[in-house]
Amino acid sequence: MPLDLDPEIFRAIVSTIVPEASAMDEKGWRDLDRVVEALLRDRPESLKRQLRMFLRFIQWLPLVRYCRPFTSLNFAARTRVLAHLQNDPIQKVRVGFWGLRTIVLAGYYAREEAAQAIGYAASPRGWEAAR
Amino acid sequence: MKKLAYDIVIVGSGAGGGTIAQELSPLCRQGARIAVLEKGPRLRDEEFTGRELEMSAALYEDGGGFLTADGTMTLAFGSAYGGSTAVYTGTSMLPPERIIRHWNVPGLTHADLECRARKFMAENNVHLVEDEFINENNKLFLEGCRRLDYDVQQFPVNIKGCRGSSLCNLGCPNQAKQGTDRVQLPRAEQNGVEVVTRCQVLRIADRTLAVRVAAKPPGAKGDPSPWEPGDYQIEAKIVVLCAGAVSTPALLLRSGMGETLPRLGHGFTAHPAFIMVAEHDRPITNFVGHPKSYYLDQFAQSDRFVLETCMYFPFVTAKSLAGFGAPHSAFMRAFPRLQMILVLGCDEVDPDNRIAIDGGGRPVVDYRFTPETIRGLIRGAIASAKIFFAAGAMRVHMPVAKNTTIEARDAGDLEQIAAGAEFKPGKTPVSAAHLQGGCAMGSAPSDSVTDCYGHVHGIPWLYVADASLFPNSLEINPYLTIMALADRVAQRIKEDVRTLL
Repeated sequence: MPLDLDPEIFRAIVSTIVPEASAMDEKGWRDLDRVVEALLRDRPESLKRQLRMFLRFIQWLPLVRYCRPFTSLNFAARTRVLAHLQNDPIQKVRVGFWGLRTIVLAGYYAREEAAQAIGYAASPRGWEAAR
Repeated sequence: MKKLAYDIVIVGSGAGGGTIAQELSPLCRQGARIAVLEKGPRLRDEEFTGRELEMSAALYEDGGGFLTADGTMTLAFGSAYGGSTAVYTGTSMLPPERIIRHWNVPGLTHADLECRARKFMAENNVHLVEDEFINENNKLFLEGCRRLDYDVQQFPVNIKGCRGSSLCNLGCPNQAKQGTDRVQLPRAEQNGVEVVTRCQVLRIADRTLAVRVAAKPPGAKGDPSPWEPGDYQIEAKIVVLCAGAVSTPALLLRSGMGETLPRLGHGFTAHPAFIMVAEHDRPITNFVGHPKSYYLDQFAQSDRFVLETCMYFPFVTAKSLAGFGAPHSAFMRAFPRLQMILVLGCDEVDPDNRIAIDGGGRPVVDYRFTPETIRGLIRGAIASAKIFFAAGAMRVHMPVAKNTTIEARDAGDLEQIAAGAEFKPGKTPVSAAHLQGGCAMGSAPSDSVTDCYGHVHGIPWLYVADASLFPNSLEINPYLTIMALADRVAQRIKEDVRTLL
């Protein structure tokens, strides 16, 4: 798991941001983890610490409204929690969510399998490959 | 610490640095020693794979994820042999007369800049792509604009032997773009200029540079630096800074020049941009062919936006769509049916927008979106939606709309949607690649950092030749203007060389 992120929380967030991720097999998750790991490797330690804290914040935030942690919520409730963060009146919270969302989207869509699944097939051979 | 001496040191190898290197390289035949110091790596041709994350990591500063201080905008700029010319699309625009007049720099005329820009257009094989090689993503933009009676224009581009990979922004895998990495730097090297990659300039003082050469990280792309890793002290009779609008002001600031140059770092503009995406009912050619064929600038003055065709890769596209979950995924799954438009805001110089440095001397970009810039972006989003629907799109993703998916049946409500649009920094995905200003040209230290030839006020051996010279936004793709300005700087250095060397 990248940077000791709690796998249960991280995967619950990934599957809420990209619903198709819930259908990924173990290899898919390993590939996603590898992309995220590579993306964060050279980032400052403070940023990695903030990310770990933000994940914990997301896990426990729903206790206030749902009396359950994020990982125990259904998909619709998880979506509402993340939408709340995305629209939070505090800019720093929105930016934090945007950063997390970016990491998740990189992990999912930078994989070869995801590109194939969405029909993206750019080739260095360009027109020659397309025709 | 190793010590070396050169006559001229050029910091950075992009549109500015590559041009300076080429233009000054004939001096090598007269015995001058010239070096270009480039922070990024030099990749071998076969290393340009077009794979999104690996190429971004190899060619962009911070892998393309450099953020403004408050984290609300991503700044994309190259860090490689050729600088940002390794990762641009090669769109080659002459500096607009209206803008150069508005800049109002004493001694700088539009006629002079245009003449120089045309020289580089010829040198870089700038031309219009033939109709048969223009893909549907671009043609639909043309069609939509024409139906709306918009004054759409075709981009001249600097390509040679383009195979239509669409991967320009990841470094052309076919070496077709005629950036400084393909044209000016190789010529400069042939004439005797040394290009030293993986070489970061830490500080400059009186004709001396403190630089650090990094070892090639294990598994990374590119050749090792021609110099041994370690710290160097370099004596230079002339120093030309061409590290770009973020790194050049930051280098001068961490070298302690902020006190004598009070305008240093000020006047930063960026053309903040977001992507609009539309889904058609059939697959279109989008990830094949040159990605950027047309633009619309008729609203630049009145509504402060410019539209350009574009095509991005899965992760960048996913990141650029607002929101998440099912609506986001629905657009991503429609990738072969997607049409894209880049909306660029024409931002103006603002006192809050500037380059600073943190405690470690690293660049910090303070940027706030002014109400005018936000209005421009929203007007650009509405114009894009009109173009998409006029071209037959089924639905449009608009990052600033409350409900980001707009169906064709609601196309008549676009003005109402504009009235209710919300631009939330931190939620609306905004990025910028046209970074300008920070070392503006002018007449005195009170209004600028350099004169109209990039000569830093009060420092006879120091010049600037990159986009940081722009005193305000250019409102078009900047590389030809940077080359034209660098050509002027090179001319001035050639005139000054007898006194300085």
